[in-house]
Amino acid sequence: MPTVSMTVNGKSVSGEVEARTLLVQFLRENLNLTGTHVGCDTSQCGACVVHVNGDSMKSCTMLAVQANGADVTTIEGLAKGGEMHPMQQAFQDNHGLQCGFCTPGMVMSAIDLVAKNPNPDEATIRSELEGNICRCTGYHNIVKAVQQAAKTMGG
Amino acid sequence: MYNFNFHAASSLDDAVAKLGAAEDGTVMAGGQTLIPVLKQRLANPTDVVDLSGIAELSGISASGNGVTIGAMTTHAAVANSSDVPAALRAVAEGIGDPQVRNRGTLGGSIANNDPAADYPAALLGLGATITTNQREIAADDFFTGLFETALTDGEIIKSVTFPNATKAAYAKFPSPASRYAMVGVFVAQAADGVRVAVTGATDCAHRGPKLEAALSANWSPDALDGITIPPDHLNSDIHGSAEYRANLVIVMAKRAVAAAG
Ligand SMILES: Cc1cc2nc3c(=O)[nH]c(=O)nc-3n(C[C@H](O)[C@H](O)[C@H](O)COP(=O)(O)OP(=O)(O)OC[C@H]3O[C@@H](n4cnc5c(N)ncnc54)[C@H](O)[C@@H]3O)c2cc1C
Ligand code: FES
Ligand code: FES
Repeated sequence: MPTVSMTVNGKSVSGEVEARTLLVQFLRENLNLTGTHVGCDTSQCGACVVHVNGDSMKSCTMLAVQANGADVTTIEGLAKGGEMHPMQQAFQDNHGLQCGFCTPGMVMSAIDLVAKNPNPDEATIRSELEGNICRCTGYHNIVKAVQQAAKTMGG
Repeated sequence: MYNFNFHAASSLDDAVAKLGAAEDGTVMAGGQTLIPVLKQRLANPTDVVDLSGIAELSGISASGNGVTIGAMTTHAAVANSSDVPAALRAVAEGIGDPQVRNRGTLGGSIANNDPAADYPAALLGLGATITTNQREIAADDFFTGLFETALTDGEIIKSVTFPNATKAAYAKFPSPASRYAMVGVFVAQAADGVRVAVTGATDCAHRGPKLEAALSANWSPDALDGITIPPDHLNSDIHGSAEYRANLVIVMAKRAVAAAG
């Protein structure tokens, strides 16, 4: 079986996987990082979004072996010293989640969005979150959360 | 997904050798189409050869005559490159969602030749040339049918060269769910004359001779008034009937001409 090594949330990890193991399976099942969710398994919903070398990607549509040597950040890697990341805080402040299933992927996509568009307007936020589906909130408070975080993240 | 042997190729020669040694090998680019296909067990290769480690396959270089884009260049990289003409950037920017654009590649998109894919229209509309490890192929000869291309077994796309055009634009009516083109039309005033390419409407992207003739005579949206597209061989599915798509071809062509100015 292939061995993969990567950095996940700042720690070096490695493991034996089958070639067909998805990155999300490796994160959830080998590393017990179950914050990254699987909603659709068909690259539609964005619940599985993580950062790979700084860019947001759907970890259900990537093999673990494709992330060999990569720097991966999951939702578990955001809080620093017990303090939530500004994007997580903004989701809490603005009631940007209800059931929370979509939230890890939504937050990871939103952080990439703000990194690439430091002052996003509402239309940009909505179009850049196209790959993330939420069945609860109606998106309105998610957009407000991203707007708040863009300010606190120093945009 | 059935299991397979995975190989990370270090160079183009290495990829060709690994494919050659495999019983039934396939190359993987961004995996945004191939992984879903493997999950559905629509393909069952013995070996998958990953092209992502081959540096010479990614990158964008502009010359006086046009721009050459490596096969492994992601949609996001094309959308954000100042070396790429605006019409082509807009094509890349309109593909799927940001996460798909961060992984999906130009080479993967055209090798797959989905009937609703965006890049095939841009290649045909600009009269691009595809360079493989074996030869150069004109876009007009490349897209041969439903998920079919002129590529032979083991042939790997290296890059695509897009010649400059005087004017060019792409207009797409995206499926609200997938963002694939219900219909997309690319129009250009290219070196060899007016080119119009249509995707989403039929088996695969194709040129529109009637539209080209009308726009050669008069480069304006009004020039397309009165042209009708027969719906006979057009795609019809839950997203739209053949008649609806036939109408969309004209509407998108007009929007593209208006956008090109
Ligand atoms: C949710 C979602 C939405 C999408 N929306 C759109 C859209 O709106 N418009 C659109 O056009 N596309 C869309 N796509 C498809 C996307 O553009 C893919 O990136 C593309 O179809 C395949 O590119 P890839 O790099 O991921 O290729 P892969 O999936 O890795 O490969 C696809 C095929 O091409 C072959 N191949 C790859 N590279 C080469 C090469 N260099 N030489 C020879 N053969 C090669 C592979 O063997 C495989 O058969 C969408 C995909 C998803 C998942
Ligand atoms: S689980 Fe990956 S996109 Fe839905
Ligand atoms: S909060 Fe329930 S799916 Fe988004």
